[in-house]
Amino acid sequence: MIYLELFWSFFQVGLFSFGGGYAALPLIKARIVDMHGWLTLAEFTDVVTISQMTPGPIGINAATFVGARIAGISGSIAATAGCVAPSFIVVLTLAYLYNKYNKLEIIQIVLKWLRPAIVGLIAAAGLAIMLQAFLKDTATLYGLWNIDIFSVVLFAAGFLVLAKWKTSPVYIMLGSGLAGLIAYLIQLV
Amino acid sequence: MAKDSKILVKLFKATFTLSAFTFGGGYVIVPLMRKRFVEDNRWIGEDEMLDIVAIAQSAPGVIAVNTGLLAGYRIAGVAGAFVATLATVLPPLIIISAIAMFYAAFIGNAAVSAVMKAMQAGVAAVIIDAVIKMGRSTVKGKDFKDAAIMAGCFALSYFLSINVVAIILSCAVLGAVNALIRAKKAGGRNDIP
Repeated sequence: MIYLELFWSFFQVGLFSFGGGYAALPLIKARIVDMHGWLTLAEFTDVVTISQMTPGPIGINAATFVGARIAGISGSIAATAGCVAPSFIVVLTLAYLYNKYNKLEIIQIVLKWLRPAIVGLIAAAGLAIMLQAFLKDTATLYGLWNIDIFSVVLFAAGFLVLAKWKTSPVYIMLGSGLAGLIAYLIQLV
Repeated sequence: MAKDSKILVKLFKATFTLSAFTFGGGYVIVPLMRKRFVEDNRWIGEDEMLDIVAIAQSAPGVIAVNTGLLAGYRIAGVAGAFVATLATVLPPLIIISAIAMFYAAFIGNAAVSAVMKAMQAGVAAVIIDAVIKMGRSTVKGKDFKDAAIMAGCFALSYFLSINVVAIILSCAVLGAVNALIRAKKAGGRNDIP
């Protein structure tokens, strides 16, 4: 049955993808392009592009896209459910253990080491996203001509608003998207 | 019970909105969630939020889902975890299902890519702002070690592209070793009468 196959394939993707995001890409490709031939390589590349353009994690996006193409809406639901099922089991177990043992001194110290580490990792991801937003052409990295001034201005404006007022980040994103649309329309005229 | 379901509805709404705006990878949900659950609602403490991210990162699966699931569990138990997972998955499920039907038109659209490119700048501002706030609260003490761990992990990930899970696990091991050494020292002191 196709729904079961979709569920099981993405269950494996969910179970074996550590580190999230693009780390999971080869795993997803192996299953849906190489093993089952559910998508061609070109279609798979499109899924990646769509994932970059739309909200949502790439694993869920791939599951939904493949499911929808193979078996319609019920297919996308089956694949997505498969993708999150392992998280549900593993993460809930970890959450239970955390709640039970986080008062232990050794766990306290380990967590104290992990917190600054996480901030450092998020900083690295943030910087990568910032550079990607600032550069016109991400293939040729540096150089003043390659800097998208409009993006830098949007970034600075968003940053100032966030630092000064307690604005919801959602408004910053909506605002910059709107500014991008307006700039695009002006450029057309 | 009425109070419980009220919290679940609130949690669903909050997580759904967060997920709908998580452009560009799992980490983006962290500043959004931090703002909503730590700053606005005070459902979760600042340290706890970082613990949640650490667990979400080191577990298998999609990071945004893991983070939402853990936050939901923290706020409202297993029901909360279920509601948060559903709310995290729904926006991409709806959007991608729609796109899957006419995706060629979507990918080639110049207006769409202009909006997305501009939104990326907004996302960058949001995430850098959160990093600064989290960094400040992490190294608020005079502990040089915290700053060193932060800088070290940043460099390992950014410059050397070392796998995030490997970095987290190594830090956990170092922390455990540190704890054992401390325990041994304390034990040694107790030996002296």
